[in-house]
Amino acid sequence: MRNRQYRVILAKLGLDGHDRGIKVVARILRDAGMEVIYLGLRQTTGSIVAAAEEEDADAIGLSMHNAGHLTLGPKMTDALQEAGLDIPLVIGGIVPDEDVEELINSGVAAVLGPGASAEEVVSTVSAAISARDQA
Amino acid sequence: MNSSQEPIPQLFKSALSGERRSLGKLLTIIERGGETADTVAGLAHQKAGSAHVVGVTGAPGSGKSTLTGRLIDLFSKTGYKTAVLAVDPSSPLTGGAILGDRIRMDDLAGEDCFIRSMATRGHSGGLALAVPAAIQIFDAVGYNPVIIETVGVGQVEVDVAGTADTTVVVVTPGMGDAVQANKAGLLEVADIFVVNKADRPGANDARRDLELMLDLGHVSGLEEKTGYRPPIIMANSLEGTGSEETLKAIKGHAEHLKKSGSIKIRQKQRILMEIQNRIEILIGSNAKEVLETDLGIANIEAVLNRVISPAEAAKLIVNSILND
Repeated sequence: MRNRQYRVILAKLGLDGHDRGIKVVARILRDAGMEVIYLGLRQTTGSIVAAAEEEDADAIGLSMHNAGHLTLGPKMTDALQEAGLDIPLVIGGIVPDEDVEELINSGVAAVLGPGASAEEVVSTVSAAISARDQA
Repeated sequence: MNSSQEPIPQLFKSALSGERRSLGKLLTIIERGGETADTVAGLAHQKAGSAHVVGVTGAPGSGKSTLTGRLIDLFSKTGYKTAVLAVDPSSPLTGGAILGDRIRMDDLAGEDCFIRSMATRGHSGGLALAVPAAIQIFDAVGYNPVIIETVGVGQVEVDVAGTADTTVVVVTPGMGDAVQANKAGLLEVADIFVVNKADRPGANDARRDLELMLDLGHVSGLEEKTGYRPPIIMANSLEGTGSEETLKAIKGHAEHLKKSGSIKIRQKQRILMEIQNRIEILIGSNAKEVLETDLGIANIEAVLNRVISPAEAAKLIVNSILND
């Protein structure tokens, strides 16, 4: 059981217009009782950091469909670290299996692929938040 | 819980010095409610009192957030630091919410503004306390104006908007005829009307219906009493037309409030409503406990035996609590 209302930021980082998936994820998290702050398309690491600060987010979810995850994922974790924000970052979308390890090593909390079920999405985000809480 | 580990006075101090993260955390504490929230609201109250509070309200999809985004931009160009509290509904079934107002307030990177999304969290009582407390804290750390954006349905939302210093009601073409415009409710609390999406058919009809409604206020004598007639602004927030006029109208209304002395009345009304809400919540949260005491049990028994009515029982219980 969660001991508080989770607030999750969802965004598309950079030039990537495929937002069907992230909208489905927003709905899945909402129906799991979370508050989803949806930032939409063409966000920058700076705009996501600002939103995370202002919204006091518990987690950030990025959707990636432009093969830029190995560049943008680490950029996002760097930006969060630089801002002193200890907020778990979950990446979803099209990420080849062999890239997952590199992303995790760069500080990404979890990666969700196209086959992930609604339950998996919810449990992954919840687990990332409670792991941070206990750290 | 991570975000409540830092002591409140320390968080408050760093929020005062402009640390956005701390302000974000304080707002979370306020949202959760309870004693800690009251402490934060109390600290903020001491420092607050100078921000102009603007309520922006209207039906879902009428363009409130887009207009608000435009206003932030214009305010910041004239040297104002705007804070926005964007309230969206929580799902009554799951408690979840999709807070999507920020998406319409894009392109504000680097500007000195602070946007916070707030879900209604199912219980109107909580919102009624959280919103004024959030206003206080934005005010305390130096944001001015503070814009509260709410969907104009439900009593709390109308109350919240209605107790702002300046209430902007956003309508769109096709909202109904003159009879709709004369119904009591949201339109009554407007200090400024924005007919948004004014490029669409029916915009002039909407304007005419609003004018007519305001004219009737002239007939009934309402206009003389306030000495103010709400302006109607035709806007297309997506393109940005009408935003400057809206900004001017807000400043004009603020000026009117100051000159006429109504600003003091509005502030008093807001405080009155907050105290009243707090009393209701304090008493309400004790209602269940009282029923389990001897006093409660005796009265329940009396109602069961048809000696007194439920209304009489409630009065007897409340009176004996108040006399304690």
